[in-house]
Amino acid sequence: MNEPLIRLNQVAVRFGRQTVLAGLNLEIAPHQTVAVIGESGCGKTVLLKLLVGLLLPTEGDIAFEGKSLASMRENELTTMRRRFGFLFQQAALFDSLTVFDNVAFGLRAKGGWGRNQIAERVRDRLGEVGLPGGVEAKMPADLSGGMRKRVGLARALALDPDVMLYDEPTTGLDPIMTDVINELILKVRRRRPVTSVIVTHEMKTVQKVADRVVMLVPVGRVTEGGSQVVYDGPPAGMATADDSRVRQFLAGEAGDRLKETPD
Amino acid sequence: MPAISAMENLVPSRSLFAPVADALVALGDWAAFSLRTLSGLTSRHFRRAELVTVCTSVGVNSLAVVAITGTFIGMVLAVQAYGQFRQIGNETSLGAAIHLSVIRELGPVLTAVMLAGRVGSAMAAQLGTMKVTEQLDALACLGVEPIRFLVAPRFVACLVMIPLLTVFADLMGMFGSSAICLKVFHIEPYHYWEHTRAFVHIWDVGVGLAKSVVFGGIVALVSCHRGFRASAGAEGVGRAATQAFVVSFVAILAADFVLGLFGNAVHDMIWPPTGLTRMA
Repeated sequence: MNEPLIRLNQVAVRFGRQTVLAGLNLEIAPHQTVAVIGESGCGKTVLLKLLVGLLLPTEGDIAFEGKSLASMRENELTTMRRRFGFLFQQAALFDSLTVFDNVAFGLRAKGGWGRNQIAERVRDRLGEVGLPGGVEAKMPADLSGGMRKRVGLARALALDPDVMLYDEPTTGLDPIMTDVINELILKVRRRRPVTSVIVTHEMKTVQKVADRVVMLVPVGRVTEGGSQVVYDGPPAGMATADDSRVRQFLAGEAGDRLKETPD
Repeated sequence: MPAISAMENLVPSRSLFAPVADALVALGDWAAFSLRTLSGLTSRHFRRAELVTVCTSVGVNSLAVVAITGTFIGMVLAVQAYGQFRQIGNETSLGAAIHLSVIRELGPVLTAVMLAGRVGSAMAAQLGTMKVTEQLDALACLGVEPIRFLVAPRFVACLVMIPLLTVFADLMGMFGSSAICLKVFHIEPYHYWEHTRAFVHIWDVGVGLAKSVVFGGIVALVSCHRGFRASAGAEGVGRAATQAFVVSFVAILAADFVLGLFGNAVHDMIWPPTGLTRMA
């Protein structure tokens, strides 16, 4: 394995009395595409937000290119974040801005871009995600769920990120649009040497785009002496994983989970 | 061990202190939030275009409601005070008393409270919605500090527009009170205005305006803070909007009390009181 681009060391996150992540160790190598899976509430989205410094761990350390996020000053953190692209679950487009202005936002915020350069980059990224030219002037409220995701992806790609973070990119989409997003994730990876972390429940997405799968379980379901990471390997190996919870998740069977017990 | 059990009973449980501790934590969080906003005033992320939009929303769009409120304040004061002033045969001083009340207290306080309801709640709801739909996170990911980018223009807009609206409310209050006093109660106009001129000083106008600047800052910082701390879901955003108004309202009244004491102390320092107690 190459020198990791991102390293999580004994990371714990607590919100009040609720522990979401505990003792998490994870390394992500450059240019890897890692799918993070696991049942709802196991801390997948929290993990993504930790990687980009939107949340700080209660314990432990996160390092990007060997430098701890906790030791970074605000301007260093801002510079680091610009090397990340983040596709949010509901796209998180700015309601008051047009599609064009949403995609151009990061370029304008960074500065040093002329008007024509911005227009060219916006059109290129919208083209990359397969959106027609007429969409630029539309407001986010006028777009379908699939189009919002595409605009969100175009915005995330505007600054040519080194790392792409996808938070449940196919949630709420029909099967065809799900495959469109999967294809776009592959296209993004082909066009640039990007490291990707994809949080998803969609096993088709995992099989299609990931070259490594990390499965988490909620803190309350960690076995004695075990870890929250119950699987870390290639997608093909999930079917024969030692941990029955991995096979259960892959098969999508309720099993003993029909009756929930509160944490 | 019975002795320890008895001691445990004497120590108040955590639940007694929890609201106080929570309030202190929230106050500290608000103070840090306010400092970040102030640092955003000089940031290159400060958006002038956003400032114009917010000024229009806070100022121009509030003119009608402020005009109605100010006029009714003046009219209600005239109706309520006229009886007492007539009993002591001093109706012509009614203008001075009402105008002083409007300029120093009621104009600034009621304008700020009105805007806390109209503008502050809307700010909290807007920012709260941005929080729960992850738009604030998206800003941060695009290399923009959300507090500096979103709160600083709203803070400046409230700081500038609320005093201007207060002046407008004061004028409308004076218009409302004089309309009732002069046209309904037929108070003699010359003495009505002459008493106003004699008792309302530029100091009083300054005190009223200084208060409104502080109230403007309170409305912006409290409302934006509540929006940024909104919890998930429609209920969380609704609660943030309600809290923005309630906390702003209480903070405005508390600040009014403190500023009143401070203003009087400064006044007495500049113009030491003589035998006559100053009417305020």
